[in-house]
Amino acid sequence: MQRFLVTACTLAFACVAAMSPTALHAKETVKIVFIGPLTGGNAALGLGGRNSADLAVQLHNADAKAKYTFDMVKLDDQCKPDIGVQVATKAGADNGIIAGVTHYCSAVAIATVDTYHKFGLPVIVWGAVLPAITYGNDYPEIHRVNGTMINQNEVNAKLVTGLGYKTWVIIHDTTDYGKGHDEYFTKFLTQDGGKILADFGVGADQQDFTAILTKVKELNPDVVYFGGLTPIGVRLRSQMDKLGIKSQFEGTSGIVSDSYIQALGPLAEGTIAFIDGAPIDKLPGGKFFLDQYAAHKYGEPPEAYGPYAFVAANLIMDAIEKVGPNRKAVTAELAKTKDHQSIVGPITFDAHGQNVVPIVTAYVVQDGKWVVWGDSDYAKGKRKLAGGK
Amino acid sequence: MDPGVLAQYAFNGLMLGVIYAMVAVGFTLFFGVLDVIQFAHGDVVMAGAFVALATYLALHGLGVAVPGLVVIVVACAAALAMALLGALIARYLVLPLRAAPAFNTLLITLMLGSILRELVRLFYPNGSNPQPFPRLLPTASVNLGNFTLRLDTTILLVVGLATIFVVNLVVRRTRLGLAIRAVAQDSETARVMGIDFQRIVLVTFAIGSALAGIAGVVYGLYYNEVNFDIGLLLGVIGFSAAVVGGLGSIYGAIIGGFLFAALQTIGSVALPVSSAYNNVFAFAVVIILMTWKPTGLIAEPTSERV
Repeated sequence: MQRFLVTACTLAFACVAAMSPTALHAKETVKIVFIGPLTGGNAALGLGGRNSADLAVQLHNADAKAKYTFDMVKLDDQCKPDIGVQVATKAGADNGIIAGVTHYCSAVAIATVDTYHKFGLPVIVWGAVLPAITYGNDYPEIHRVNGTMINQNEVNAKLVTGLGYKTWVIIHDTTDYGKGHDEYFTKFLTQDGGKILADFGVGADQQDFTAILTKVKELNPDVVYFGGLTPIGVRLRSQMDKLGIKSQFEGTSGIVSDSYIQALGPLAEGTIAFIDGAPIDKLPGGKFFLDQYAAHKYGEPPEAYGPYAFVAANLIMDAIEKVGPNRKAVTAELAKTKDHQSIVGPITFDAHGQNVVPIVTAYVVQDGKWVVWGDSDYAKGKRKLAGGK
Repeated sequence: MDPGVLAQYAFNGLMLGVIYAMVAVGFTLFFGVLDVIQFAHGDVVMAGAFVALATYLALHGLGVAVPGLVVIVVACAAALAMALLGALIARYLVLPLRAAPAFNTLLITLMLGSILRELVRLFYPNGSNPQPFPRLLPTASVNLGNFTLRLDTTILLVVGLATIFVVNLVVRRTRLGLAIRAVAQDSETARVMGIDFQRIVLVTFAIGSALAGIAGVVYGLYYNEVNFDIGLLLGVIGFSAAVVGGLGSIYGAIIGGFLFAALQTIGSVALPVSSAYNNVFAFAVVIILMTWKPTGLIAEPTSERV
């Protein structure tokens, strides 16, 4: 009897202790996770995404009407699939984490979809463009706010063939990201009448490309297309110059970063690349985003995909506000997303969780900046790309 | 094949080979005097490149802009800093473990490599990202058909070869070299003959690491970009080159370095499979060579090293 009393008292005390935080503080704190490459060659984009997602959380927490206060856990996938699965598991295993804003690198995003599904953790991909991330599975947990490389390469092939270029050499990294770009660009370019002289796969950490580029020089294509990320893009462009290759250089969303220009300096001039979405200042909520970003004094620029990380974080927080901090309920709520107004325009998820509003913008480097193709001196004919186009 | 293109392949291969040979010679020197494998050597190359970069930025900040002078100061800073680092590694990590199994030295230096890498990544400003390395050499070039001969690359090739040549000369023709070779052959007898064993080991590590420092500068000037993790693969390739050439032999290391570069070039362009397999191909051939000649292409006479 005495033991029963002790137990009862302890239980009662525990209940009071457990309830008091909610009783004392009006708002419950909910954890969400951000995952991206915070170190390594693609850290600039990862940090921009992290800051942007953080901005969304800060703005939300400052809103007095919000039911919950959000705490964002930031994890580093280093743009490596194995590390990505580790941190995804860490996030998934933490029951306090309700949802995630995940991955810039396609190779990592595709490697982690099974993990999120296994843990039932709803995530929104903020930067990776490999189609299979959403279209390669039926997992309800996986969503994506940015477009895919399918749209990107379709627009790319149309633009460059329209400029009058005839022959291409494709170089791509051998990750899923690079191979995907290779596949879709080859498909659309062939449809549009371009001729591919050769197709090279390269390792994602390769340093020396002089042997491949010597072969490229011999083939003398109008354009060198690169499907891969900034570090290799920088090496390729730089080594092309060393070998005296005069072909036009074009890339994918993977090289649209300030660090591409910083690392190359004047050599970056005239590089063409494409991203999903429009430049930040041309987005519907771009000015608002940039003003807020500047006001919060982040150390790194938001980079091309920052606004998507911002939108992904907001979608998650809005869903949690509506249905409460429960993974299953949030997954169900996100699936209903239709014409959700955001700074990148309306978001609608299809059956695979893919945002169906693809905007693709072409960019060219002009005077040390990524300039929207239509606004550039190149499009207006004031300057010429390689081959006088 | 077009002779211009062929010449271009050969020239690129030579350039790559010089960098590998410079790294491989270090491995071979260390193994010569102490029978140890210094696995942080690749990361010493990387550290050399970053010291050079930091020195350049400092000079730039001070307003020093005489191109020739800048290159020389930058290269000397990298070589001296790495010589010091090499001597410190020998004094505090390698020598104290002489009595322990060689396995311990291998592990400790492997861990030291990780530490060097992470230190650069964490403490160099923005160290996780690729760093642009300045173009400090004249970039004039001549086109001979399909062959572009650049002045800067030619200078790097000559400097690289000259540095290896000088190291070889020091080891073969000077009193210091005699002492190094004596220690390599039989450290006990060398000591009896009055050679300061510890001093010779430290000097050897300093020479090998200074060479790595210069390799780092050559690498930076050639690719115009350095990254905190370049040392990893460079170390493995340099080590393989030293082994396949004959660990302990300088000529072996040089041959190994050029052989590996040639294999990578062939792997990239001459094979029917994807060029992504160039390292798979190069390492596979190295494995075959090692089973064929376990002591290396230039097999050492049992007692002589270095």
